[in-house]
Amino acid sequence: MTVLFGVFLLTLLVITAVAIVRTKNLFVAVMLLGIFSLLIAANFFILDAADVALTEAAVGAGISTVLFLGALALTSEYERHATPHRWLSVVVVLSAALVILYATFDKPAFGDPNAPVHQHVAPWYLEKTPEYIDIPNVVTAVLGSFRGYDTLGEVFVVFTAGIGVLFLLSAPRSGKERPRPARPELVAIGLREDLIPRVVGRLLVPFILLFGLYVQFHGEYGPGGGFQAGALVAAAFILYALVEGEGRTLQALPQKALTALMIIGALLYGAVGLAGIVLGSEFLDYSVLSADPVSGQQLGIILIEAGVGMAVTGVLLSIFHAFAARDEI
Amino acid sequence: MQFLGMYHYWVFVMLLMIGFYAVVAKVNLVKKLIGLSIFQSAVFLLYITMSKVSGATAPIFQKGVTDALFSNPLPQVLILTAIVVGISTTALGLGIVVRIKEEYGTIEEQDIQEIDRR
Repeated sequence: MTVLFGVFLLTLLVITAVAIVRTKNLFVAVMLLGIFSLLIAANFFILDAADVALTEAAVGAGISTVLFLGALALTSEYERHATPHRWLSVVVVLSAALVILYATFDKPAFGDPNAPVHQHVAPWYLEKTPEYIDIPNVVTAVLGSFRGYDTLGEVFVVFTAGIGVLFLLSAPRSGKERPRPARPELVAIGLREDLIPRVVGRLLVPFILLFGLYVQFHGEYGPGGGFQAGALVAAAFILYALVEGEGRTLQALPQKALTALMIIGALLYGAVGLAGIVLGSEFLDYSVLSADPVSGQQLGIILIEAGVGMAVTGVLLSIFHAFAARDEI
Repeated sequence: MQFLGMYHYWVFVMLLMIGFYAVVAKVNLVKKLIGLSIFQSAVFLLYITMSKVSGATAPIFQKGVTDALFSNPLPQVLILTAIVVGISTTALGLGIVVRIKEEYGTIEEQDIQEIDRR
């Protein structure tokens, strides 16, 4: 049964991807990309990757769609030109496809427990997590503690990307300067006049926020953690902005607060790492944070997950507001 | 089961190549970024496919269950963070596209090159 379901989902994925590339209407392409993300999230779930599925559903289907739509509103909705040198591209792509297809026959069988990928450090992580960290979710343990360096790097990449978008989109337009509206909150954006989105949106926002906090603080015990929670909280505020308009959202959570969240989140992670050095151990070694090494590890993971959550929320919302503000000017 | 395994790899190849085609063949910059997203998702799918162990479950311990078999948590960790990094870099790309549109008035590659040649 699962096999059939897997084949069905994978086939749908390919069909959706072909439709995305073929359509000339970029709006349709972006909507299909949201469906594509949801389908691939379902695939991840079948493949036992609950944490990844949650992240992909929140980020890919939710936030990425909104950001693409924001960019489309500022550019154009249609592809104007036909594809030049189409046959050259097809030949290049097909020959690359043949090489990779040939390579897939050398891959270890699907689900083979003896595949090389399962022989290296992964068994060690599964065996030692109860002893060193004692939290049920091994993914969170590896993410937060065993491979804390990786995650620190990723958080700073996210942070840098956020700064980059703010730099790019806060620069004034050259040449044609149009006057800003006197009271931005009065500009008719958002869906405040429409009854159904307003009621549904207002009902949903608190629950999405609550679920985001649950995912944040339950990440040690079930699927979840800072990355997923950050995306969910950002999605809640984006929904609020779509229903109630930009101005109201920025009143609730001003850009200064978002910038502070970005910076504090990234610094909190770094500070927890440095605390390890100050207390006489190595960078990002949480065992010394408490008298008992295991509870020290747990404390460290809770702190860095909080840092990750804050940084991701701050960056994603700042990016969203940067695109939306460009629209108003 | 054997067929499903190969099918996973083939779907990975197809998605990778569909994304690649959009990046090299399309001239619209937003379409190129969409292609890049598909390309990226294909890589994610490959990693998660490799993390699967037959008959195993998600790597979360349950109280009282000691004989459970778990899928590999490591590729899942790598991809989890890669998804969030992916959206941030896509957003950066979209920011650059918006600035290009403002400066050149178009996001089609040919038109931009033509304006540059003038």
